[in-house]
Parts: sequence; C-alpha cells; structure tokens
Amino acid sequence: MTWVNDVIQGVMLGGFYGMLACGLALMFGLMRIINLAHGDIAVLGAYLIYVVLEHWNTSPFVAILPVLPVMLLLGYLLQRLLLERSLRSGMLVPLLTTFGLSIVIQNLLQQGFSPDVRSLGAQAGSVATASWQITSQLSIPAIGALTLGVAVVIFGGLQLFLSRTHSGRQMRATAQDPDTAELVGINSKAVYARATAIAVAIAAIGGMFLAIRSDFYPYSGPTYLIFAFEAVVIGGLGGSLWATLLGGIVLGVAQTIGGQINPEYPVLAGHVVFLLVLLSPRGGLVNLRRATA
Amino acid sequence: MSAQPLAPAVTPPTTIRRWTRLSAGFTSGFGLLVVAMIFVPIALGANTVQDMTTLLTYVLMAVMWNALAGYGGLVSIGQQAYIGLGAYATVWLAQHSVDPYLGMLLATVFCGVVAIPLSFLMLRFRGAQFAIGTWVVAEALAIWVSLDNALGAGTGTSLAQLDSYAPTSREHYTYWLTLGFTAFFTGALFLLLRSRLGSSLQAIRDDEDAAASVGVRVVAGKRILFLLAAAGAGAAGAMTLANTLFIEPTAIFSVNYTAFMIFMVLVGGLGTFEGPIIGAIVFYLMQNWLGNDGVWYLVVLGGAAMAFALFLPRGVWGTLEERSGLRFMPVGYRVQRASPAPEEPQ
Repeated sequence: MTWVNDVIQGVMLGGFYGMLACGLALMFGLMRIINLAHGDIAVLGAYLIYVVLEHWNTSPFVAILPVLPVMLLLGYLLQRLLLERSLRSGMLVPLLTTFGLSIVIQNLLQQGFSPDVRSLGAQAGSVATASWQITSQLSIPAIGALTLGVAVVIFGGLQLFLSRTHSGRQMRATAQDPDTAELVGINSKAVYARATAIAVAIAAIGGMFLAIRSDFYPYSGPTYLIFAFEAVVIGGLGGSLWATLLGGIVLGVAQTIGGQINPEYPVLAGHVVFLLVLLSPRGGLVNLRRATA
Repeated sequence: MSAQPLAPAVTPPTTIRRWTRLSAGFTSGFGLLVVAMIFVPIALGANTVQDMTTLLTYVLMAVMWNALAGYGGLVSIGQQAYIGLGAYATVWLAQHSVDPYLGMLLATVFCGVVAIPLSFLMLRFRGAQFAIGTWVVAEALAIWVSLDNALGAGTGTSLAQLDSYAPTSREHYTYWLTLGFTAFFTGALFLLLRSRLGSSLQAIRDDEDAAASVGVRVVAGKRILFLLAAAGAGAAGAMTLANTLFIEPTAIFSVNYTAFMIFMVLVGGLGTFEGPIIGAIVFYLMQNWLGNDGVWYLVVLGGAAMAFALFLPRGVWGTLEERSGLRFMPVGYRVQRASPAPEEPQ
C-alpha cells in the first residue's frame, strides 16, 4: 500500500514539475532554445508574490494576480531585449546569454532579499496542510491535488490556446517553419515575444507552488531548472505538450519511489531515470515530431 | 592603377603559411615565459606563489572549457563534475596511502578515463541537451560523493596527508605541478589544433553539418576534446584542492566553476587560442578588485558574460584578431597572395 501511496504522491509532485517544465517546453518547441534562467524566473515569481504579501494580508493564490501581468511584461521584454538578439547567432549564444541571466537574477535576489530561506506555506492557510485520509497508509494532501489540478488546467489551456486561437495557430506555424510563416504574413518576432511572455508567466505560477510546497532562497532556481529540463527530456524533447506533463509525472514518481528506498535518494533517483531515458534509443518517452515526420 | 604589366593568365600565386615572424617570436616568447615561470617560487614571495597557482588554475579551466565549446561547439555546464572528481579522487588515493602529488597525477588520468564511457552518452547530444546533460551528471556525482562517509560525506574533507610536506615546499610543489599541468594541457591543445585533426576540429567549430558532409569524423574529433577537457578540469580540481587543502561536495561540485569558465572564455574570445588565457587574467584581476563584495561581483560576472555573448561574441581577443589580422599562436593557416594580384582582364 505504501507503494500505491508513493506513486500517488509522485504523480502529484509530477504535476508540479510539469508546471515548471511547461514554459521551457513551449520555448524549446518554438525557438529551439532552452532558457537556462527558467528556474530563477520561477523563483523571481515567488519573491514577487512574497513582496505583495508583505503589503497585503492575503493568500498567495490572490497575491499572484498582480504578479502575473508583471511577469508577462518581463517575459516580453526578455525576448525583445535579449533572446531575440541571441537567436541570430546559432546555438551557443542563447545558452550562454540565459546562463549569464541566471547568475544575474540569483545574485540580485540575494542582494535584494538576503540569503534567508523563506516559505509561503503559512500564508496559504489550510490548503498547505490539509489532506484527505483514504486509508491508514494512503492520504492525499490538498496542496498536491491542487498542484496537479492547476497543472492539468495550464496544459489544457495552453493546448486549447495553440489549437483554437489565431495567435496559437501563428505559434504552431512559426514552430514548424519560421521562414514560411513569415511569407504568409506572420511576424515571428512578435510570436516569439508572446510565447516567452506566456512561458515566464507560467513559470511564476510554478514559483508560487514552489514557495507554498517548500522553502525557497535566492539560489533555488538551478535545482528546479534541472528538474524542469528533466521533465521535458523524459517526455521527449520536441514532442507534444502533454508529453511534457507526462515526463514531469515520471520524474515525480521516480523521486518519491527513490525516496522510499532511501531518504537520501529522491533527487539521485530522478537523475538516474533521466540519464536512462537519454540512453534509450529514442531519447524520450514520446517523440511525436519524429514519429510523424 | 594603370600602366602595370598584365599578370600571366594563371591563378595568382598564393602562399600558405602557418608561421609569421610575429607568431614565431610570440610562440617562442610564450615558451620562454613558461620556462621563466618555473623560477617564480625562488624569486618571489609566498603570497605571489599562491596567487600564481590560483591564476594558473584559472588559465587551465578556461583553456579546457574553450577546447570543448570553442572548438567542439559543445557548451558544457557540467565541467565541475571533473573538478570535483579530480579533487575527491586525490583524497581517496591519499587515504589509500598514495603520495598526494602522485595522487593528483593519477586523479587527472582517472578523470580522463571516466570521461570515456560518459562521452558515449553525452556526445549523442548537442546544444541544450548536452549542456544540461553534463550538468545532471555533475549533480548526480555531487550527491553520490556526499553520501560517502569515508569521503567526509556532506561536511567535506581535507587533504591532511599534505602535512607531511613543510608548508613552503608544499606551496612550491603545488605551484610547479599547476604550472606543469597548465603548460601540458595548453601545449597538448596547441599541438592537437595544429595536427590534421585540428583542421577537422576547426571545421566542426565553424559548421558541424558541413564538416560532416565532406567526411570529417565529427564525433571522433569531439570525443578527443571531451576527454582532454575532462582530464584538464580534473587536474584543475586536484590543484584547487592542493591550494585550499579542504573541500566539501557542494562547493567543489558548484556550477559556479563553470560560470567562471564561461565568463573567462567569453571575455577573452570563444574559439580563439589566446582568448581564454587573457580572460583568465581579467577574471583573476576582477576577483582581486571586486572579491570583497561577492554578490555584486557575481552580478557583474553574469552581466558581462551576457553582454559579451550578445555584442562581442568573439571576445576581446577574437575581435582584435579579426580587426588586425594578428596571430600570436599559429593554430590555423594563412593564405596570402604572393603579391597584390591584379585582376584578370574580362
């Protein structure tokens, strides 16, 4: 029964990783770049929520509302000012630029907020602590269920946006072939900027759950970037969005089962699963693009 | 430009040269400098010796990261894996009563050997997958080491066996070994780039797909760089341990080492031979000036890396080289027309 419990906890943890991976996958699918500052952007989102909560006694779920438009704007500017230029010069420059950005964000947070470890769990109220006891060994924490639920809504919403809206169709067209998309009148730079804005805002939602579920401090970002990237790769780089959520769930389950074997192993178990997936001939669980091409 | 005799109707004669008088002078000057640096401990004080050891370790790190990124097109964010491995392998060997300095040599070889199986896994990737794949390997190694009680687990360990040497001679030996490692790996890269393989590597750097299409064995070339960079970073790790005497997993496996390497190489010049050396000197000076305020220093470091990547991707040296045509270390070929050749009529 503990195994069933582990798998359920892992699936819910996977929803969290999927949420963090979502923006990464969107940007990779569209521009073929990995934003190495993605984890730090999520942590930045957590700090912005923290700032709102300092002035306004409410729950993090409300405090994120003014933060989201700020993050959308930051994402837009990130694309327009930095990434757009870096995209012109091959594969190395976006990696190096975003790695530099990651160091800058971490240390500005360190300067602005001190190295103290913080958590927004207390402000989230009963959601952070409540759980449904199913049997003596099986309980479902409310925050876990909520995380997974929000992740499904985000992925579903993004999928609907990409398939049903004009802007979403422009994104898919640009992802497939930016030059041809330009020929039919799509401004790819604007498309990229919109996508990065969305990716950064979703990262902030991930940052909110990060801050409620556990502690965070200015240098938390890279750990979560690695988890998010592992989720993207396990799901199959360049595959579908849902595959990314699935990748997050596989990673989450691997970590909770690893933790069950030995309390020191969860992260290591996740890394091992990631490396095993890399070793597999297809290099990912689902690889729709390659399968359909 | 009239009234000149027409050139005969053949291809204008060209000469292909590697050496110029300047580059010959500079390369031998460089060799002399290395020889002269052997005498630093005799001529200068203890502080200088330790500072020079640090600087040389930075040069080694930068040159090795550039070998991978600048020539192989592989951005690694996981070179700290070998820095940590080199340091911990030295500790492990010392615990099994191997002389620490011999241990550092063996640890360096060990890092190169460990990289062989890893290269088969990692070289399947390019770009971001390679970058984060190497990073995950480094993280996994850090966790693995921190679970090992014999190696001090999470709290770290020291190289107490070095106490059998008197402090002054210890500093001198550490310095000489660092100088030896740096000269060896820099020299190895120099010779590698001048070999037949070197032309392939520079072709890979310029355009991997085009290189592959004309028969360059891309993966073989990259593998050699991968192993060289791993052994070099391992040596740098062993020297970091010898210079600080104490290590703990989170610090020695810190991604900051790779951040430093990226900064040094980007400032100096990615894919140039001389650039990383200049970048290491800049980094060393910057650390001495800004070192007291760690946070702002890292902000400047990250910001500078971004600015160089975006606006001056060839770095200080690469840009200078491009503008002036100067080559101090001849790792390429120079094609020159024997005389300013007049165009053929019609």
